[in-house]
Amino acid sequence: MFPTAIAVLQLLPLDGNGTASDLMQSAVDLAHSGLASGIGRRARRRAPLWLVIAATFVALLALLPLAFIIWIAVQTGWATVSALVFRPRVGELLVNTVLLVALSVPITIVLSVALAWLTERSDLPGARLWAWLCVAPLAIPAFVHSYAWITMVPGLHGLWAGVLVSVIAYFPFLYLPVSAALRRLDPALEDAAAALGLGPRRVFWRVVLPQLRLAICGGSLLVGLHLLAEYGLYVFIRFDTFTTAIVDQFQSTFNGPAANMLAGVLVSCCFVLLGLEVLVRGEERYARVGSGAARYQQRTSLGRATIPSLLLLVVTTLLALGVPFVTIGGWLAAGGADVWRFDEIGLALGQTLFLALAGALLATVAAMPMAWISIRAPGPLQRLLEGCNYIVGSLPGVVIALALVTITVRIALPLYQTLFTILVAYALMFLPRALVSLRASIAQAPVELERAASSLGRPPLQALWSTTVRLSAPGAAAGMALVALGIMNELTATQMLAPNGTRTLAMAFWSYSGEIDYASAAPYAFIMVAMSLPLTWLLYVQSKRMAGR
Amino acid sequence: MSFLEISGLTKHYGPVAALAGVDLSVTSGSRTAIVGPSGCGKTTLLRLIAGFEAPDQGRITLDGEVLANGGTAVPAYRRGIGVVAQDGALFPHLTIGDNIGFGMGRGEDKRTEHIVELAYIVGLDKAILKRRPHELSGGQQQRVALARAMAMKPRLMLLDEPFSALDTGLRASMRKAVAELLETAGITTILVTHDQAEALSFASQVAVMRDGKFSQIGTPRDLYLKPKDRMIAEFLGDAIILPAKIADGFASSPLGRIAVDTNDSRDIARIMLRPEQIALKRTSREGMSGTPDMLFGEVTESEFAGSTCTIAVRLLNSADPPDAAAIGNTPLVLRKPGMDAPAVGEIVRLTVSGRAHVFG
Repeated sequence: MFPTAIAVLQLLPLDGNGTASDLMQSAVDLAHSGLASGIGRRARRRAPLWLVIAATFVALLALLPLAFIIWIAVQTGWATVSALVFRPRVGELLVNTVLLVALSVPITIVLSVALAWLTERSDLPGARLWAWLCVAPLAIPAFVHSYAWITMVPGLHGLWAGVLVSVIAYFPFLYLPVSAALRRLDPALEDAAAALGLGPRRVFWRVVLPQLRLAICGGSLLVGLHLLAEYGLYVFIRFDTFTTAIVDQFQSTFNGPAANMLAGVLVSCCFVLLGLEVLVRGEERYARVGSGAARYQQRTSLGRATIPSLLLLVVTTLLALGVPFVTIGGWLAAGGADVWRFDEIGLALGQTLFLALAGALLATVAAMPMAWISIRAPGPLQRLLEGCNYIVGSLPGVVIALALVTITVRIALPLYQTLFTILVAYALMFLPRALVSLRASIAQAPVELERAASSLGRPPLQALWSTTVRLSAPGAAAGMALVALGIMNELTATQMLAPNGTRTLAMAFWSYSGEIDYASAAPYAFIMVAMSLPLTWLLYVQSKRMAGR
Repeated sequence: MSFLEISGLTKHYGPVAALAGVDLSVTSGSRTAIVGPSGCGKTTLLRLIAGFEAPDQGRITLDGEVLANGGTAVPAYRRGIGVVAQDGALFPHLTIGDNIGFGMGRGEDKRTEHIVELAYIVGLDKAILKRRPHELSGGQQQRVALARAMAMKPRLMLLDEPFSALDTGLRASMRKAVAELLETAGITTILVTHDQAEALSFASQVAVMRDGKFSQIGTPRDLYLKPKDRMIAEFLGDAIILPAKIADGFASSPLGRIAVDTNDSRDIARIMLRPEQIALKRTSREGMSGTPDMLFGEVTESEFAGSTCTIAVRLLNSADPPDAAAIGNTPLVLRKPGMDAPAVGEIVRLTVSGRAHVFG
């Protein structure tokens, strides 16, 4: 299990542009049984009290949105709750949402496994280039995908349109962990199966696929949670899910109980997904047994299947990259110089960068106590606290935003629509990203180094500074970049919580495309993609390096 | 009669020749060990025999059936050859029982009984069958891998350094158990190892490999006592190599007149002795008298290592050497029982037993 655990762990926080946070329970469990416990055993010691208090405070804060849902339900009273929940509209939304997830996720799994196998294990011409092209769609926010499709095929709407765009926008979330897991498989196992009389097909089904199970489960959960949380994508193609309905409801009746109850149902859906993943994943352990040096994997010769395989990749790339680039390019060309209103774009860019950096800083600082404890002093309390963070991280941004709106309006009105509230929302949503990066980087700075520094005469704080802090700085920076990226492309929570007059890139894009002024929206889409691409490249390189290539 | 026949096998990885023309024949029911330093191509050879890769040139036949010829090869899954890899290569997603039964048909008759029986044969407890590979020790994993390979009743069993991951004590007992097991089952076996002691004790035929070729093939005793060259001699154990002049079945060397295993006559030759052929007897400087062909030395170094003690002895007199200067200052290094080993500065008398081997 360990290699996959690391793969999922390292990949998840690095994903490009989710609207909701991405870390999930499986990553937590994996981390405990793999990373944390392995290192913890060596370096167990008691965490300082102030760190424990800080970590507990952050975890409790993270639980706020959940507590809010329950509190509202209790306060509203059962009669109203059941009247709001058990009505045809909710049933309709539920059917839509369930169908969307039930159709998109399996298709995404098949597509991603096929693409991963072709790029990692076959002699497909240009495999490395294709591998990068399979990751690149991450740089395009989901609502930009949808914008591109609706421009290209104006009549696109409904369930199947939703499935199509969802698969295209989110398949890299599965492709990345699956291809990383494929790279890390021990080829000796496949040799052993062949020596036991299994042909290539049966080797794939009985040996390769079962070992991809963790990666597939983790990736599917990630995709599922994103489908539940996505807003912009489905508005463009006029497909109603819980998230779009909540935003509609919020816009018409503000924070009425109807919106809050819809949020409650959405949260239940998230928990169903989390639970399903735990069930399917089971108690399997996929540790690589033994310590022999792994040899190079052999690539399967495709032979006559080369042309159809290439065709699959070409079509996928055209749909996932070609369509957005052609439409954005088309609108930019059509709009000419007029759409580049630099004063307005500059303002949006400045605001976006400020929010992104401030939010990233807050999330990273908030994650620090937790990250330190989970590596240096792991235990049951730490597991519980961390679990809180991850569960909240898997909630849709709209739920967190709704909770913060209600809480500020009812309890602390001066804080409503302030910089403080929006930053807290960002920190809650993207805390897991920062946490995982920090953890990984602290784990790379073994406590022995800190002790060595102490034995060489450095006082404790200086020792910490000159070893652990120095060594984990790059990881912390990477985590901050990921949080910043997430914030940059965030739409729903920003719309609901940001101070009046705020206009981020995503908001500007959204309002122009809402007015069907697609040409004016194009520069914003272009800037968002251009800023995301370097991080996506980083992610690709990292996933290669993890497998030692 | 030859069961496995390999001829002219070559395999290149890019510009590197992993195998440069290998010939080997293995008789039915025998045990062969292929031994060589790491990177010599022994694992590549094993992979070609197993069918994981195809050779560039050459031929492999098993029991009359051509498995590989030139570039064409029967794929591994149609060969019926068992393989036990270095780390066992157990399937981490299956229980031990399912691992053992992996090669059997799913609906096979008495599958469970068969699995239990195999586990018993390799010395595993029945209770272990429900567990997972990572819960087992290294030795147990190897037993499972062996049972799994035996389940399909292979014609040939390939062992790829299966004992190297085990600790020293377990290694010897596992080796013995596996040898007996395969002997009883009548399965022809090829073992690949870099451990010369393992090769010598396991096999009835040992092939020494270097740079993608076999440099010598023979019985363990032959190889140890009559290696073809200095490299093989030193690879298989400690060796004392001396210049000598040979005539009439005797060598004149710095160690005196020693019987050799050839009747050739040569003025300049090199002979090899195994250190255990040289006995030391304590004496003193005063005791250094007697017949002129008696040989004495002084202990210059002594390194105690428990059961053994490595001793360096500088010869004090040497009888009629062809180039005495060459050996004069180079002490003989001998490994002797740690108990009662002579100390530094002591004078010993050296006597040589058995015959010396003359390099060709």
